[in-house]
Amino acid sequence: MLSTTAPARSALRRLLQRWGAHPEGRKHPAAGTEITVLPLPPQLILPLAQHIGAPARPLVIAGQRVLRGELLAEAQGAISAPLHAPTSGVVLGIADVPVPHASGLSGAAIVLEPDGLDEAIPIEQSDPFTMEPAEISRRVAAAGVVGMGGATFPAAVKLALGQKNRIPTLILNGGECEPYLSCDDRLMRERAPEVVDGARIILRAIGGDHAMIGVENNKPEAIAALRAAAADFAEVEVVPVPSRYPMGSEKQLIAWLTGREIPAEGRSADIGAMVQNVGTAAAIHRAIRFGEPLTRRIVTVSGGAIRTPRNLEVRIGTPISALVEFCGGTTAPVARWVMGGPMMGLSIQSLDIPIIKGSGGLLALVESELATRPEPGPCIRCASCVSACPIGLVPLEMAALIRSGDLKASVEIGLKDCIGCGTCSFVCPSQIPLVQYFNHAKGELAAQDRGKMKQDAIRQLVEARDARMEREAREKAEAAARRKAERERAKAASLTSKAASAAPARNADSPAITTEETTA
Amino acid sequence: MNAISSPHAHGARPVGRVMLLVMLALAPATLAGFWHFGWPAITLWCVTILTAIGAEAFCARLADRPAAPMVADGSAILTGWLLAMSLPPWAPWWIGAVGAVFAVVVCKHAFGGLGQNLFNPAMAARVMLLISFPVEMTQWVAPHAANLASGLDPLAGLALTFGGSAPDAVTSASLLGHVKAEASRGLTLSQSLTGHWDLFGFGLGQRAGSLGETSALLIAGGGLFLILQRVIGIRIPAAFLLGVALPAALAHFLAPDRYLPPLTHLLSGGVMLGAFFIATDYVTSPSTPRGQWIFGLGCGLLTWIIRSWGAYPEGVAFAVLLMNAAVPLIDRATRPRIFGRRRDGRSLTAP
Repeated sequence: MLSTTAPARSALRRLLQRWGAHPEGRKHPAAGTEITVLPLPPQLILPLAQHIGAPARPLVIAGQRVLRGELLAEAQGAISAPLHAPTSGVVLGIADVPVPHASGLSGAAIVLEPDGLDEAIPIEQSDPFTMEPAEISRRVAAAGVVGMGGATFPAAVKLALGQKNRIPTLILNGGECEPYLSCDDRLMRERAPEVVDGARIILRAIGGDHAMIGVENNKPEAIAALRAAAADFAEVEVVPVPSRYPMGSEKQLIAWLTGREIPAEGRSADIGAMVQNVGTAAAIHRAIRFGEPLTRRIVTVSGGAIRTPRNLEVRIGTPISALVEFCGGTTAPVARWVMGGPMMGLSIQSLDIPIIKGSGGLLALVESELATRPEPGPCIRCASCVSACPIGLVPLEMAALIRSGDLKASVEIGLKDCIGCGTCSFVCPSQIPLVQYFNHAKGELAAQDRGKMKQDAIRQLVEARDARMEREAREKAEAAARRKAERERAKAASLTSKAASAAPARNADSPAITTEETTA
Repeated sequence: MNAISSPHAHGARPVGRVMLLVMLALAPATLAGFWHFGWPAITLWCVTILTAIGAEAFCARLADRPAAPMVADGSAILTGWLLAMSLPPWAPWWIGAVGAVFAVVVCKHAFGGLGQNLFNPAMAARVMLLISFPVEMTQWVAPHAANLASGLDPLAGLALTFGGSAPDAVTSASLLGHVKAEASRGLTLSQSLTGHWDLFGFGLGQRAGSLGETSALLIAGGGLFLILQRVIGIRIPAAFLLGVALPAALAHFLAPDRYLPPLTHLLSGGVMLGAFFIATDYVTSPSTPRGQWIFGLGCGLLTWIIRSWGAYPEGVAFAVLLMNAAVPLIDRATRPRIFGRRRDGRSLTAP
């Protein structure tokens, strides 16, 4: 609705927007192939931390048999997500295994050996449109649904936000602006009704009245399929958006579709909008309609070295080696394995790493696809990064400040507003790793903040201790002085009353002295 | 630690390819210059570029870095080329050599090498030469007497560039110099311009002037090619041309006998080369969109002011250098608005 009635001013502004980059799509041949279900692997590895927030807490023990959909680990804390068994089998144990994480470190994971029966716990079908909004988000939370676009933020936490704020506009992110990836594209083409139904369920959960599904215009089949699926629902609109990286970024997509910017120090709810990935919507549809927890996802396997690039529907926890094998292995030396897309994905070192809830892509890139040069050249101030930055930053200047160690100045010109999309690095003719500088600096700042908090805490403790010591010393001195005065008074009194009677005067004074001694 | 950060793809033209495209864009105007001014011009062009390459290699050696990759990025060649374009075509060899050394060693490497210099090396060298060697830098030849067909043969060209000076018979004044000289004698424009105005010849470079500046149309064509190739933006050239044309049009409208018409300004001297090839130098121009408009307008306006009221007939080099000095200031004052924030940096608030 908004897009059609948007005033000419906003249309003109869109026309003048020049941010972003146009990386080669390289979506084919994977985008042209139907989603194929990957057979069960011999082992599933289920990391406890597959989402943003606290890791899940395991509820199973080694040797325990579980059914598909059974709860393996429960959410702990306000932002967390539970974990369910992707198939029936026996829990082998909880092990420390390599996980997809930027650190390259390992993490705790439940290891499950499938028994091949794929037996499921009984499922209950229900109608979301007779359900209370709070009940919808409760069930979404129980199903372990997280943001499927890669951010892996627990979906229910977002939905609950919608119950607290007035959020009229839901935006489903079907941008998929990362090159190579087509998992969302295939999902929208083949399962459009699930996506549209998911959108309607989310609308009900957040009390919204209008959903826009933003799809990049390089996916005409997806747009057509969604439009057909949404034909009966006036509240769901499919809006093509230009193919441009990073159009799939929350800030950019909202701004493009509604003309409103998320305040730098606010969130999308402040401007009455919420963004969910199309995959998340489909997962919510299955969680609510069929009580099915999130245990599988679609993954694009592609890259120049893969024999037959394709989209696979994979159980969460499948080691990526199984995906590669299913796609015919590699035909050329792999220069880099990437989990996710080439723009923001993670370089991985081991094929034992499992697919987790946020993994949308697995790429085996050959040298020529990386197009890297051995060493970054000097900055020639060409300002490509300035025109490409979707946030309006001046990356070359920020990088220069960070290089010279002046983090404070780089924050002043917007370091904390950087969304880390990497467009600047992509367009840099000298291949200066700009986004790497920014991520490093943000990490450094976070460490400094933590250090500062620690220092503050220590300082407060020391100050408290000093104050206590001082107070105690003062009180001691005062008490001593008082005792001295009392003694002298007592002495004087006993001297004067010696002749009369000593005993009563002594008795009257003694309780006060005892009290002071205990305080000291 | 083998941490490889995203992005895992790169989409930009390497620096060397950018320089190559710029040279390609300069080629037509340069060839026209060779035709019009003959063998001495070709010799001077070669000397200037070779010296620039030598100076770059020398600086690489000084910095203990391999010379070949530094020269291969093409930036020194381009500096030498642009300098040669702005020299009088029959200037002696040492003018080109001294200028190239100054441009590369003093204006570029003394500041820290590629990307670090504040001033445009070619323009700084041209100004240095103009101030230090005013005689050699203001001797122009008339193209019809000097062109490849009817001018000197290669040997005589070499002899001229490396030995003698231009015979008086073929020297001529550039249009801007002529107008300035005539104005100082009290003549009006309509008197001094008689017989000097031939738009078509001007466009192709058939007039006295610098080696590569005379063929304004060919330079503009090369500039448009660079804009279409997205090597340079449209802001700086457009603003530069507007900065010259607007005040020129206004002044010419008010006092046609005292001020040159805008088209003459645009097609004479170094305006076209300056607007498309000099002011657009990445290193020495602003990096923000609004800054680029301001920078271009400033270059144009200063050029017109110096031409109209200054002691020198031509002002492009001075104008560019002056605006170069202002670039850090412009960049700082024109940072783009950050998403979700107001121009003053405060966060937007919820509606």
